[in-house]
Amino acid sequence: MKIVVNVSLKAGVLDSQGKAVHHALESLHFNNVSNVRVGKQIVFNLDESDEKKAMADVTRMCEDLLANTVIEDYAIELIK
Amino acid sequence: MKVVILQFPGTNCEYDTQHAFESLGAKTEILWHKSESVPSDTDLLVVAGGFSYGDYLRSGAIAKFSPVMQAVTKYAKSGGKVLGICNGFQVLTEAGLLPGALKRNDSLHFLSKHHHLKVVNNDNIFLEKLCNGDVVNVPIAHHDGNYYIDENGLKELYENNQVLLKYCDEEGNDKNPNGSVDSIAGVCNKEKNVFGLMPHPERAMEKLLGSDNGIKMLQGFLQA
Repeated sequence: MKIVVNVSLKAGVLDSQGKAVHHALESLHFNNVSNVRVGKQIVFNLDESDEKKAMADVTRMCEDLLANTVIEDYAIELIK
Repeated sequence: MKVVILQFPGTNCEYDTQHAFESLGAKTEILWHKSESVPSDTDLLVVAGGFSYGDYLRSGAIAKFSPVMQAVTKYAKSGGKVLGICNGFQVLTEAGLLPGALKRNDSLHFLSKHHHLKVVNNDNIFLEKLCNGDVVNVPIAHHDGNYYIDENGLKELYENNQVLLKYCDEEGNDKNPNGSVDSIAGVCNKEKNVFGLMPHPERAMEKLLGSDNGIKMLQGFLQA
């Protein structure tokens, strides 16, 4: 199955890139924008048919490597 | 006195660090990251600066899984002295040997310049040649030097005298180049045998090159 992991800075941790993007959007006159966060997306295929097992594996990948849980949150999406 | 300096793919401060410690009279060895052990006569292990693994994913994130890091963790847990400079600091936080994390600089710019630092706690081997409140002039060169730790973690750092250095101006007043929590430039672990800082003391060894304030800092390690 295909795995999509989204990693972003935790709420409460200042996101300087998000702030800069927000300013740029405002300068384009999009004044209705708020809470801009810049994150990263990691996409890969996982040779695993058991969803529960896949979720457990990817959670461990996130905790150990893909995210730094001191400053980042992660969200996992499994796509069949 | 033997100083062992780690080298990952992308490390680029190992020879400066070697030169700095040798000029103070230490023996040195550069250790490639594939090594699965730390030499038994190591007195100080330095994780040198640079861009290990091109800073891919996050600074220091991939380096923490290099073969040598298990040995480094074992060495640190058994009381061995470890110093992480710049990327080395990032590697040590990623590896969980130091608290907190390093984020992208607030300005989003790479900063490369001399900066003043104030000694906050000298009750450790790294800074014992200096006095609390002393101001030193040491170069910084980083993109991800914005130190972050949550409120509880910060409280703990202060309670255990783990805050080593803070960014300041020439007079010692607070001056924050990168957005670090409380202008923190360097910390140590609770046991005070693992040290990390973003500034480069190994680049402050010659007055001719702007400052020799790094000598007193690195000398602290050499008397043990």
